[in-house]
Amino acid sequence: MSVMLEAARQIRLVPALQAKGAMIVAGGTLAVAELNYGQGADGTLIILDRLGLDRIAVVGKKATFGAMVTMAEIARDRRLKFLHPVCNSIGGPAVRAMATIGGNLFAPAPYGDMAASLLALDAEITIHDGKSAKKYPIEVFFRQRKKLERCLVVSVSFTLPASGSFRYSKAVRRKPVSASVVTIAALLPRRGGKVVGARIALGAMGSHAIRAYKAEAALEGRSLDSATIAAAAAQIAEDASPADDAYASAWYRRQVVPIHLARLLAA
Amino acid sequence: MTKVAVQFTLNDEEQNEFVDSGSTLLAVLRGKLGLYSTKAGCHQGSCGACTVIIDGEPRLSCLTLAQRCTGRMITTIEGLTRDGALHPLQQAFMEGFAAQCGFCTPGMILAAKSLLDRNQSPSRDDVIDAISGNICRCTGYEPIIAAVLAAAEQMRAEMKKSA
Ligand SMILES: Cc1cc2nc3c(=O)[nH]c(=O)nc-3n(C[C@H](O)[C@H](O)[C@H](O)COP(=O)(O)OP(=O)(O)OC[C@H]3O[C@@H](n4cnc5c(N)ncnc54)[C@H](O)[C@@H]3O)c2cc1C
Ligand code: FES
Ligand code: FES
Repeated sequence: MSVMLEAARQIRLVPALQAKGAMIVAGGTLAVAELNYGQGADGTLIILDRLGLDRIAVVGKKATFGAMVTMAEIARDRRLKFLHPVCNSIGGPAVRAMATIGGNLFAPAPYGDMAASLLALDAEITIHDGKSAKKYPIEVFFRQRKKLERCLVVSVSFTLPASGSFRYSKAVRRKPVSASVVTIAALLPRRGGKVVGARIALGAMGSHAIRAYKAEAALEGRSLDSATIAAAAAQIAEDASPADDAYASAWYRRQVVPIHLARLLAA
Repeated sequence: MTKVAVQFTLNDEEQNEFVDSGSTLLAVLRGKLGLYSTKAGCHQGSCGACTVIIDGEPRLSCLTLAQRCTGRMITTIEGLTRDGALHPLQQAFMEGFAAQCGFCTPGMILAAKSLLDRNQSPSRDDVIDAISGNICRCTGYEPIIAAVLAAAEQMRAEMKKSA
């Protein structure tokens, strides 16, 4: 194989290299594995190590992560405790030390547990196209992900959730960590005991993280009693299109996702 | 194939090498430096046999591009033995029969060392998490977990003695 590494020196120069066919390697947990198996082997790899994209900023209620921030770094940050279960469910410690938040946005299903959490958190993705930086709501980002593969994700930001309003569960076949059978991330803001503006995101239930709009609607304006939980669980797979893979069949994923949602909402 | 210069500290010794651009640290350790303790298993991050410690963190050398290691401190299992004396983890693996074929052992020990370097009193769950990215196909995990906990105890006792 013939590969050249280019350490990008300026953010605005990266998209031009991508346009010429160069591939970004962030943590490399997926990209270098592909190289090892002869995929995308000829060409230039862009390394983002020197661009200062490895910082976490929490200012007031807003958290911003450079695209190169790793799962291990987030898991060490005491300001972001609600995200620790997410990070600690991704690979073993060596994967977490390498895997970046930017790379997770491009990870194919059943991967993308952080991406599902960011979808629940209504994150904004900042992308540089070579001329300027633009912010995309995460749902728009996922819709255009194929096209945006030729752009640089610079950062990810979101408003910190109210204490106790973010919940996460990941069903796996092998404890403590494995690829997802079903991942659920839920933001459940409450006013006067009622859920207002719920966002439920699913991982491994589509080619990328998806919202479960019908289940969210079943929660809206209600308290989390057993009837509401049952109604949301009945709707949870409605917007999903899971695939068969080595971890679970699409049929199994559809069968178990209501059970995991009911457990998460009742917790 | 283009060659590039890399410089890193490997087991406390400076290394200056010309390597193929795009080659992995695993390929350099085994193919260029003849350090065969770092095992090559799956080449896709799944088995953990190639685990090394870079700047205090466990890393998969099969997924680490060698060029990105410039300026880094790398530890392989060859770096654990001091003046011929085994590291407490090596000793505990040997005494607790925590290695059968030994293929996973260097990766297991380095994954465990990264834990013990940060946490001298790990719980059983901490140990399980530390080795969760490392697959063993013959010993079974129980003796490995027990050996890591025994090594932690031994290291605490040694620290107490020297304090
Ligand atoms: C053993 C193992 C277990 C794993 N378990 C999980 C798991 O449980 N859950 C999970 O979600 N994932 C898992 N993964 C997948 C992966 O580690 C993570 O998804 C990780 O976050 C990917 O990030 P990376 O930095 O390694 O991406 P890379 O491999 O560097 O890149 C992945 C893709 O994203 C593109 N890319 C990366 N950064 C950018 C950027 N800033 N801008 C534009 N494009 C970019 C690359 O060009 C490439 O196409 C696992 C991987 C392995 C090897
Ligand atoms: S050879 Fe690196 S994880 Fe298997
Ligand atoms: S001792 Fe053989 S694989 Fe672990």
